[in-house]
Amino acid sequence: MLELRNLACVRGERRLFAGVSQAIPVGQLVRVRGDNGAGKTSLLRLVAGLSEPAMGQVLWQGSDSRQVREPFQRALVYLGHASGIKDELDAVENLRAACALAGEPVADGAAVDALSAMGLGGRLQLECKVLSAGQRRRVALARLLLTRKPLWLLDEPFNALDPQAVAQLAAAVGRHLEAGGICVYTTHQPVEIAADNAAELTLGARA
Amino acid sequence: MAKINWFKYAAPATFYPLAGRLAPWFQAMAVLLGAVGLYIGFFVAPTDFQQGEAYRIIFIHVPAAWMSMFLYLLMAAYAGLGLVFNTRLSSMMARAIAPTGAMFTFLALWTGSMWGRPMWGTYWVWDARLTSELILLFLYIGFIALQAAIDDPRRGDRAGGVLALVGAINVPIIYFSVKWWNTLHQGSSINLTRAPSMASIMLWGMLVMALSFWAYSIAVILSRVQCVIAEREQRAAWLQALGAEQG
Amino acid sequence: MSAPLQAAAPGKVLAAQAGAGAGGMFLAMLRRDLLLVYRRRADAITVLVFFSIVVSLFPLGVGADPALLRPIGAGVVWVAALLASLLSLQRLFGADYADGTLEQILLSPQPLALTALAKVLAHWIATGIPLALMSPLLGMQFGLAADALWILTVSVLLGTPILSLVGAVGAALTLGLRGGNLLVALLILPLNIPVLILGAGAVDAAQSGLGAQAHLSLLAALLVATLMGSPFAVAAALRISLD
Repeated sequence: MLELRNLACVRGERRLFAGVSQAIPVGQLVRVRGDNGAGKTSLLRLVAGLSEPAMGQVLWQGSDSRQVREPFQRALVYLGHASGIKDELDAVENLRAACALAGEPVADGAAVDALSAMGLGGRLQLECKVLSAGQRRRVALARLLLTRKPLWLLDEPFNALDPQAVAQLAAAVGRHLEAGGICVYTTHQPVEIAADNAAELTLGARA
Repeated sequence: MAKINWFKYAAPATFYPLAGRLAPWFQAMAVLLGAVGLYIGFFVAPTDFQQGEAYRIIFIHVPAAWMSMFLYLLMAAYAGLGLVFNTRLSSMMARAIAPTGAMFTFLALWTGSMWGRPMWGTYWVWDARLTSELILLFLYIGFIALQAAIDDPRRGDRAGGVLALVGAINVPIIYFSVKWWNTLHQGSSINLTRAPSMASIMLWGMLVMALSFWAYSIAVILSRVQCVIAEREQRAAWLQALGAEQG
Repeated sequence: MSAPLQAAAPGKVLAAQAGAGAGGMFLAMLRRDLLLVYRRRADAITVLVFFSIVVSLFPLGVGADPALLRPIGAGVVWVAALLASLLSLQRLFGADYADGTLEQILLSPQPLALTALAKVLAHWIATGIPLALMSPLLGMQFGLAADALWILTVSVLLGTPILSLVGAVGAALTLGLRGGNLLVALLILPLNIPVLILGAGAVDAAQSGLGAQAHLSLLAALLVATLMGSPFAVAAALRISLD
């Protein structure tokens, strides 16, 4: 399980949030809410370990995630605004590179299946620079169909997706939660995700 | 239950008034020692039988060159401490030292070139020590430019820390390679060994001047670190208030 | 995990059958970077063209007298190699930073220093080796003798990995900064002076009959020392820059 303990975040001279505490048990879906600039992305980056909190800790299975960096990173998928898709590579190459980097190398066949499931079946041989924003997003999200990592941190995963892709992604998140995973995400669109245990975390509620 | 690193935030706040109290004393010391040192240099030390009066610039040149190198190591040490232990004050000290170090490096180059004119008949020769000093100036400027280019103070502190450490490791390598390059390309230019009686009073003059430069550096660095603290005080203040209400 | 590959289309060099081990990920990273360089060949070629233009400018600036050119030849080629290597540093982390790949690299379970080393190695293969192969051609323009050309090639081959390793620290520190390119030059060029002195000095020593052994040994020693330290500095700098 994941626990946020009294997290504070300072960017430049500005305090984004402070005193964020939340215990997130296995199988829970957490939606991070907040206005633009409230620090939703910063919170996800902080939980992922990309930035250091000004105060507080992120606990993974009871230990400080910065002390158990390697096992924590093995357990974690973080998908940010920038999807890490290379223009010069095709969808399969991109997906396989991303998976290899995450320590979960996949074979060509599995990658092709995942991309087809995301509705990219006919475009596997194209360099990604000719794909649309939504299609590139799907390439990045296809990783979620292949990974076995328990903790998902998704920053605006539904951006640029059409309703059909949104439904596919929501279903994938639902399966992940059923299998005992955790998902922390942000979104501006109201999306129905089937979850037995859903929670919210609101930033910047003081004002 | 929240663990707050008090040292991290409280230290600059307690250091601020201390720095304010100490700085004037070091200023006074710098002026006093400077006057004594310059008196020794200009009036007590005898005229050099080879170089005439022009040699007297070494009473500024040599201590400035010493300071430029000491301060770089000091800066790197502070920056390294700040990087490893995440102590904000050490990073601020490194930030405050850099301009003074660069100033002394420039002073050493300038006086060196003024000394070079009567000695070698030219303002610049590719002497090993002058060349190393020039490269040191580039290293200082790089450090200052990097920190100036980064808006986020914490990123600036830490990036400067990495750069200062890499630079400090490189300084001896640069020095020896330049020295080696110099001996291969041209003979060593001047030699400072003199009659022992004269060397002793000259050494005294340089030592007093070096102490004066130290006092000046400490005074300026303390004042500058006060400015750096004041610039960031607002942020520290809310963190302290927050710590008090939740601790 | 290790299912057989489907019929790989040409150009699919990215067949990382590797397991999740650090070595496998190192190779996967290296392959990906080299594939990207291959798909963006024009960038690599630009660096080489820049290199030869800079070298060709010197005779135009100082005159075509062979007696004047021969002694400065090695120095000119070396300075140009230094600048060309600097020019290509932008590529090292810039694209990965812009498209979010660098975040994924930081979150990879493999040690960051090792990934950084893989990227630096790819950078050296794409720029250092071509620069070394081109330098004897350019050295000939300056009338260097055959043995001096050999020493020049070897010294560039030994020196360019140091340029890539030290340059990577600067590139990582200046990620995303305004005027980052110019800043890298300011940070990195002074640190590369020993490489320049040893590299160009090796050729001079060979030409003056002293033998280049000492210079080349020192250059190799410097390479080993840089190889030990630089990846960790790059890793620290990347974490700082993405914070």
